[in-house]
Amino acid sequence: MALLAIKNLSFQAGAAKIIDDLSLSMDQAEVHALLGTNGTGKSTLAYLIMGCEGYWPTAGTILFAGQAIQTRRIHERAQLGITMAWQEPVRFEGISVAQYLTLTNRHLDPAPYLAMVGLQPGRYLARMVDKCLSGGERKRIELASILALHPRLAIFDEPDSGIDMLSIHDIINVINACKTSGCAVLLITHREEIALIADRASQICRGRIVCSGSPQQVAAYYKSRECLACATEVCADERP
Amino acid sequence: MNALDQLMQAFGAAGGDRAVLADSATAHLVADGHTILSARQVEGVEVEAHETAAGISAKVRVRQGVRLKNPVHLCFGVLHKKGSQHISMDVRLEKNSAASFVAHCIFPDAEQVIHAMDAKVVIEDGAELRYAETHFHGIHGGVEASPKAVVSIGKNGRYFGDFTLITGRVGRLAIDYTVEAGENAVTELTARVFGHGSDSIKITEKVTLAGEQARGLIKTRVALEDEASAEITGITEGNAAGARGHVDCMEIVKDQAVASAIPIVRVTNPLAKVTHEAAIGSVDKRQLETLMVHGLTPEEAVDIIVRGILS
Repeated sequence: MALLAIKNLSFQAGAAKIIDDLSLSMDQAEVHALLGTNGTGKSTLAYLIMGCEGYWPTAGTILFAGQAIQTRRIHERAQLGITMAWQEPVRFEGISVAQYLTLTNRHLDPAPYLAMVGLQPGRYLARMVDKCLSGGERKRIELASILALHPRLAIFDEPDSGIDMLSIHDIINVINACKTSGCAVLLITHREEIALIADRASQICRGRIVCSGSPQQVAAYYKSRECLACATEVCADERP
Repeated sequence: MNALDQLMQAFGAAGGDRAVLADSATAHLVADGHTILSARQVEGVEVEAHETAAGISAKVRVRQGVRLKNPVHLCFGVLHKKGSQHISMDVRLEKNSAASFVAHCIFPDAEQVIHAMDAKVVIEDGAELRYAETHFHGIHGGVEASPKAVVSIGKNGRYFGDFTLITGRVGRLAIDYTVEAGENAVTELTARVFGHGSDSIKITEKVTLAGEQARGLIKTRVALEDEASAEITGITEGNAAGARGHVDCMEIVKDQAVASAIPIVRVTNPLAKVTHEAAIGSVDKRQLETLMVHGLTPEEAVDIIVRGILS
């Protein structure tokens, strides 16, 4: 049984169809890269899986470990083992890094998780998760917090954005650590070098999965302009 | 149990360290209503307190060049359900001295209590005062508190004021602080208040940056629920070259609570700069969702966000 099974999912915002009859499945400990240009529905799919406010499917089902979850609220899905790292993590006044990493488990030692994302625990644990942290630091702390949760499915929405090139290996380490612990990862990215670490990949275009296969196959498809649905307008202009 | 023991029990429950009264190296003043229960001065610090017909009159003077290791503890309260307390404070830090004051104002059973504080604080050149004031007004909302202070800071002086009332009810609170900062002086005024029920909160803080290179920050954090209300006025004037000021107000409202913020910035010297920011609203949706994806319920998430901004 697939850990995540999305069947014929649609989502409409006003007159615009953002997700259109999309199906996707993921196994336990599978890293699945989701490629696609801006505005094709990648983040929307993440919000639908997570159950964010205002993101309720207009059709279709989302099954997690065999249970339909599309009517459950965010925290209920999180308690089942689904979590998400946002593309742009928010900041919190008055909450320290140590507190943030132990929100749901006060007995956890947060230090190893910071080390895994390349941050020295001694320098960061007492700092606040506020505007004194840079965007890149905040992003690393978000990734560390995901590791500390030990989820069953982690959604990473462009984990590489805002992080310098030299640090890509830290992100790859996080993804590998998730996989090693049995956690599946839905990896939304534009970067081929990150997508290539996935077990499988899919390309999304105009809310549909237009290609699935090995990361190499999908990356090649993405760059080859073979996607007929995207031969015009935005996607063709933005394709690498 | 005598009044001092009762007040100390409440002091401990409100987060105070009861051992400080027994410490001969720590200056203190403890009063219940208009009765002085205990006072101590230490070398370099004079603490004079008198019971007067109008209330309590206290003078605290930190001598020139004295830099206190231990904070001066002030504990004021009314133990009865009804009563009043009027305190007149005269604080002076002489040149190049440094001290921190920890004040607790405790009214654990108050149903109809008036607490009025009128403080005059003079911080001479090069001196530094850190003043942290924590209030506990009990659970009935029966306190009417009006702390008022006029602070003047000399050249290179520093004043940091921190007011906290985040446990229990507020009742009616009217803070009125005025600070005038001289040349190269620094001041920061922080207030954190959590209002519930029908609590009414009015905070007016004014910083006048009178000297060149003076710097000031007014930071206010208020959370409101039920039918509580708050009106926050932060005024900063930049009147000298190089003066820098900022007013920062954040209020979170829930239920039928009503909040308003009035930042007033005024500059009379073209080389001064004063800025302000104010945010009022419900809990930030993205913050809420971020905590919920970690598995916290919405109620737990709101609690953590509110406690965070008030911490």
